[in-house]
Amino acid sequence: MAAQRVWLLWRVGVFLAALVPLVFWGWQVANNAAGPEPGRYLLLNIGIGALWMLLLTLSLTPLTKLTRWKGFALIRRQLGLWALAYATLHMLSYALFILGLNWALLGSELVKRPYIIVGILALIGLAVLGATSNRWAMKRLGKRWKPLHKLSYAILGLVLLHFFWVVRADMQEWAMYAAIAALIMATRLPPIARTLPKLRHRLSRT
Amino acid sequence: MLIKIAKPSDLHESDVTPESIYLSRRRFMGGMAGLGAGLALSGQARANADYSDVPEGDAPTWLKEKISDTQWRAITPSDPDKDKIAPFDDASGYNNFFEFGTDKGDPARHAGSLQTEPWSVVVDGEVNNGGRFALEDFAKPSQFEERIYRLRCVEAWSMVIPWLGIPLAEVIKRADPTSKAKYVRFETLVDPEQMRGQRSSFSIIDWPYVEGLRLDEAMHPLTLLAMGMYGRELPNQNGAPLRLVVPWKYGFKSIKSIVRISLVEEQPVNSWQQIAADEYGFYANVNPEVDHPRWSQATERRLPNSLFSPNAIDTLMFNGYADEVAEMYAGLDLRTNY
Repeated sequence: MAAQRVWLLWRVGVFLAALVPLVFWGWQVANNAAGPEPGRYLLLNIGIGALWMLLLTLSLTPLTKLTRWKGFALIRRQLGLWALAYATLHMLSYALFILGLNWALLGSELVKRPYIIVGILALIGLAVLGATSNRWAMKRLGKRWKPLHKLSYAILGLVLLHFFWVVRADMQEWAMYAAIAALIMATRLPPIARTLPKLRHRLSRT
Repeated sequence: MLIKIAKPSDLHESDVTPESIYLSRRRFMGGMAGLGAGLALSGQARANADYSDVPEGDAPTWLKEKISDTQWRAITPSDPDKDKIAPFDDASGYNNFFEFGTDKGDPARHAGSLQTEPWSVVVDGEVNNGGRFALEDFAKPSQFEERIYRLRCVEAWSMVIPWLGIPLAEVIKRADPTSKAKYVRFETLVDPEQMRGQRSSFSIIDWPYVEGLRLDEAMHPLTLLAMGMYGRELPNQNGAPLRLVVPWKYGFKSIKSIVRISLVEEQPVNSWQQIAADEYGFYANVNPEVDHPRWSQATERRLPNSLFSPNAIDTLMFNGYADEVAEMYAGLDLRTNY
């Protein structure tokens, strides 16, 4: 019973931690500390936040293999849903704060701008995964659930492409995220995935 | 050949206050100030009042003297209610100056490392009167003018900024261009020690940052070489100590921290054209009808804005300076010459 309460605390703790950036950015905007264009401040920060959530979600499986700690698996669905929530807020920030809910402009931008199309595709992908992340959908999908959710790697690729297309002058930040993404994806390649448990044994012995 | 036609925003000889009256008025103002009368009568007093909350800079004495001798409010927006001057903190805290980083706040954070004094400018190329000039000597022959211009960034935001500077045309006339001079090429300082963005190995820009104008654009009376803003010297992040301001073109044309001005025969390849020629052209005239491939240019967000009113306004052809500049582009296809 006590153990269960600890896990519950862990999950609630992660939930609150995932909320902190949003509260912080909102607080900055409320205090006029977000610069002359607060909407863009939210848009960009939440966008990067969504990428972080996606990277964190995808790092949980390799981390579990590396450590066998149960806690990582327990927050996987939650972080995945956070990635969806951040991505949705990112999209809403764009529609609200950049386009000022100009629907006609939104429509024309959606079809004209490749980076927005790619972003929308990623958001749709996340929404599909979010909608099928509950127990009922897992049961319904059965064996097909796992391959479906491996789509998250394709979504990560789309997100990085979306980000790549908005970079104007310096690739450093993008390159950093791309490197982390590549590292995470590499851990899922069978030869590397097999060495992770071995690495754990070696680490636990020292 | 240059044919000069007076534009509505041109300054005329008759606009200039004769020096005797000007000086006596200044003495009068001084007397009034001594009596403690706070009547804001002259342009300078008005300007100073507007900038009371602007932090005082650290300008060298010669620059302070130039600024105190400014012709205040030489050019102002026709609709000051629509074109409200942005707060100094926004104009000096939200910048694209990739020499200091890519985030809008990076220039304000990191440009303190730039040494702007002493500063010299090389004027060379197709001129009879070139050389390397200390900034003080470079600025000396011209009176400072204050000009309130709209600045439209290619990223679809804009601000209204009161610049202090001298017309580029006067500088070029003094350089005495040869008949071969067709374009003006500008170069920003390269010094990775002072400019951390130039140390990044992921930068797409091939330093130095280069910009260019056609000679008639450079000679246009609206084209300004700025050394100050908001009644003080330029903050480093805004391109101190010398920057270009071309109000009818996208902001990236207004090159910062200039060290070299060359009169040349061939059209220069500006930095953004070099990076992405399909996105940024040589002309870069503000044009609501020609979109950037990645976003629309039909509207702009006038800053500062707030969360639920993005302050999106229609972008005007030539940033609202069409009456003054449009004829320079008569017959030019602005869709292909973007």
